[in-house]
Amino acid sequence: MTLPATVSLWPLIGVAVVIVGFVLRFNPIVVVTVAGLATGLAAKLPPDLILAKLGTGFVKTRNLPLTLLLPLPVIGLLERHGLRERAQAWIAGIRSATAGRLLIVYLFIRESAAAMGLTLVGGHAPMVRPLVAPMTEAAAAQTHGPLPPAVRDRLKALAAATDNVGLFFGEDIFVAFGSIVLMQTFLAENGLVTDPLHIALWGIPTAIAAFVIHAARLLRLDRRLPALIAREGDKAAP
Amino acid sequence: MTALLTLDHLYLLTGAALLAVAALACADRANPRRWSSGLFWALWAVIYLAGDVLPAVVNGLIVLMLAALGGLGGVSLGRHGTRSVAQREASAARHGNRLFLPILAISATALAGSLTLKDVSAFGHLLVDPKSVTLASVGLGALVGLAAALWMTRERPMQVLHESRRLLEIMGPAVILPQMLATLGLLFTDAGVGRAVAAIATQTLPVDSAWLAAAAYGLGMAAFTMVMGNAFAAFPVMTAGIGIPILVGLHHGNPAVMAAIGMFCGYCGTLMTPMAANFNIIPAALLELKDRNAVIRAQWPTALMLLGVNIVLLRLFM
Repeated sequence: MTLPATVSLWPLIGVAVVIVGFVLRFNPIVVVTVAGLATGLAAKLPPDLILAKLGTGFVKTRNLPLTLLLPLPVIGLLERHGLRERAQAWIAGIRSATAGRLLIVYLFIRESAAAMGLTLVGGHAPMVRPLVAPMTEAAAAQTHGPLPPAVRDRLKALAAATDNVGLFFGEDIFVAFGSIVLMQTFLAENGLVTDPLHIALWGIPTAIAAFVIHAARLLRLDRRLPALIAREGDKAAP
Repeated sequence: MTALLTLDHLYLLTGAALLAVAALACADRANPRRWSSGLFWALWAVIYLAGDVLPAVVNGLIVLMLAALGGLGGVSLGRHGTRSVAQREASAARHGNRLFLPILAISATALAGSLTLKDVSAFGHLLVDPKSVTLASVGLGALVGLAAALWMTRERPMQVLHESRRLLEIMGPAVILPQMLATLGLLFTDAGVGRAVAAIATQTLPVDSAWLAAAAYGLGMAAFTMVMGNAFAAFPVMTAGIGIPILVGLHHGNPAVMAAIGMFCGYCGTLMTPMAANFNIIPAALLELKDRNAVIRAQWPTALMLLGVNIVLLRLFM
């Protein structure tokens, strides 16, 4: 591909479609498809080439859903036999457990494991749905009684968010992680020699800040839960 | 040296399971759209079973059909003969904490595999393809966990397919979003979206003071990651556009600091965008949340505060 003398801004039409589509809350699959077609047309690609690029890209990226799909059968089978009920009963036996404290423990495990390169410890499919989310709900219910559906959703969403924060800000202080290789290679191509170990070390302050900020929010959640439950409970029964 | 277990085997396994799910969906009379639902899962199966032998244009047509079926309400939920809460509680009490073992076996096997399988060979063959050790280990972990779960629950193997269909239908067509978005990312790159964004960013952002330059680089990484859904796509563009010429060139910053903290600014963007479907939209579907942006709502305050901290750290250390 040759660089044009002046950079064309037409391809940005796809970005505009994505932003408008997501803001107006259209179906994301439709938004993404339209954005793809619009981007291709704006770049003056013939229709069959756009189709071919869609097809090739979709086949090339079919490894992405595997970490989600592969554990599903086990989780489904165990859920049928009471996995979530067991997770909830187990946490109910721990008197000092609160939703916030439980998630802080999970954040610590997820982030420190990722920092040692063990990114396979945790994850939304193998850990959050079957264990972390039901335990968080049970821990909150044990202190505050039955939870309104909106509060349950809020807790489950925070469990998923905690997994993300732990993974993202842990993995980049592991020297052999792909993104550090990517950074070092890119800098080297541009004539800047860096040591991967330095890149990893300079990630540590952010990793600590991520833990402190998110843990503080989780502790605040524990304090705010009664008010949240009262508000949502009133909404449900006017 | 050829490998005994490659990514292709996992694709065949996934494709075969999806095909069975498609057949079960078609047979489910309780599903109001059972034929179009079945067609959706079958078409996705084709991508796994035959994606690399079909012409690219045919694959492209399949993508459009998947998008039409999934985006316009063609995929719906069937009935799955789930057990009552009382039955599940009784079963949970009977099995006790042993129920956790297959779940832990998935992670433990995957972990052990990823650490050890890289150069294990037998009879002149590598056990797994070194390029896909992580995914192969996850696959092995899933199989070990499945064997343990089947043995423990004494279920028929057929029940595995029913449960897989239940969870797939709960998540719905959103499961193809990560692939759709990654494909869009590739199209964006081909069409020159990165060049266009970099051109705008470098011409309009104030970069004279070191504080403003650090903020421009950090915010640019976050914003561009939100557009592309991926910090790895934003890093080369922003670093070539602002990072190297301004932060390193003009303000004599340390490139290792810039890269490390810049990438983290991108991750803050990842936490705030629906374009990162794998991390934000899929878990909302998996956890059956009403609001598909609920995970983003739960994590944006962390992301925004951390972005601020990152920009300060970048300016102080660089």
